[in-house]
Amino acid sequence: MADYYRAEDLARFGEVGKAAPRLWEKFNAWYGSVFADGALSEREKALIALAVAHAVQCPYCIDAYAQTCLEKGSNIEQMTEAVHVAAAIRGGACLVHGVQMRNTVDRLSM
Amino acid sequence: MGESLLKQGHALAVLERQRGVIEDGAAVEPFERRLAATGIGELRATGIDVFQINVGRLCNQTCRHCHVDAGPDRTEIMTRQTMELCLAALRQIDASIVDITGGAPELNSDFRWLVEQVRSLGRHVIDRCNLTVLVLPGYDDLPEFLAAHRVEITASLPYYLEQQTDAQRGEHVFERSIRALQRLNEIGYGRGDGLMLNLVYNPVGAFLPPRQAAIEADYKRELARRHGIVFDRLYTITNMPINRFLDYLLTSGNYDAYMRKLAGAFNVEAAASVMCRTTLSVGWDGTLYDCDFNQMLDLRVGDGLPRHIRDFDAALLARRTICTGKHCYGCTAGAGSSCTGATK
Repeated sequence: MADYYRAEDLARFGEVGKAAPRLWEKFNAWYGSVFADGALSEREKALIALAVAHAVQCPYCIDAYAQTCLEKGSNIEQMTEAVHVAAAIRGGACLVHGVQMRNTVDRLSM
Repeated sequence: MGESLLKQGHALAVLERQRGVIEDGAAVEPFERRLAATGIGELRATGIDVFQINVGRLCNQTCRHCHVDAGPDRTEIMTRQTMELCLAALRQIDASIVDITGGAPELNSDFRWLVEQVRSLGRHVIDRCNLTVLVLPGYDDLPEFLAAHRVEITASLPYYLEQQTDAQRGEHVFERSIRALQRLNEIGYGRGDGLMLNLVYNPVGAFLPPRQAAIEADYKRELARRHGIVFDRLYTITNMPINRFLDYLLTSGNYDAYMRKLAGAFNVEAAASVMCRTTLSVGWDGTLYDCDFNQMLDLRVGDGLPRHIRDFDAALLARRTICTGKHCYGCTAGAGSSCTGATK
């Protein structure tokens, strides 16, 4: 299990395009546009990506976007706060479903 | 404070061995082959606009990323006699900029004399300054000297926070650098009135620099807000896989990935405007090189060219073929890198 993910596989991402090259091409074009400077800067987008990578727990994205954040001039303090944002949303999403729990308890209880 | 690779007797201090590590150890194609594939072909100088003089490898710091392997234990110091040869060569050309570097060039006892002589020839001087030298005992009047001669200061500050700066440059370097910058601001540097103060960002690790304009905005905002410091320009400089940064890459296991990253980010526009095309580098002993990086690998100017400043020949050197190697990927990656930051 410890070797299920391999760091060197990140560099092989492009192989996924071999069996569906036109879809891969569309994905890459869209992906590149998503991360370009826009209303949000490249660095802001990289920090968002880092946070989302932690929320979805993708080790490839965590590796890639930790590096990207550094290369966009961010630092460990900013990046750690971004991870906490992701954790807060995940934690909050869990907790707010407690209202659903309470609804059920109220329905079933005297 | 650490020791230089030379003092440690490190294997990389044998430059022939180091050049072998770079050329044979990096799984990237030879730089010359890449140039040929882009149509640039052989890299040639287009003139000598910048006369860069390395006045010695003595430094009061032992930064982890240093391509010079400079430090307090280095004894290579340019003599006044060699400086006079440099001035004789300078008189033969129109180069408007003399870029004085080291080590810490200010620690050369003839540094001030050199500045005075260059200024008397009407050339502009850039001082590559580590900032902490300005707060050393006995150097209190150095800021005023630099200001009096309108010297442009290009100073290293790898990041606007203490943790990152000290990690690269040593304990207390950030705090001393801030004091030095505040002193420079007090006497007029960096205020847009002609006393130019530039800062240099170096990645604190094995990654490429950010977009220069973006990180410059961060530095201006944060240094002003936190310390009341102002400056003119920020330059981003890529770390070169030479000497202590090479050692860091090898010991941290980042060497292969970093070289692949540099080569993968090859930018043909950056390659066409590399600084070696308009710069001549003079070593502490008068030996001639295409750039400071070649100097540190002892890659001298090519065959058939004058090898020492005493034999300076402007016509030959201004159109010389430049010696290249895999370390050159450092200057051609991404937005490019030079002594004045991104080239594109």
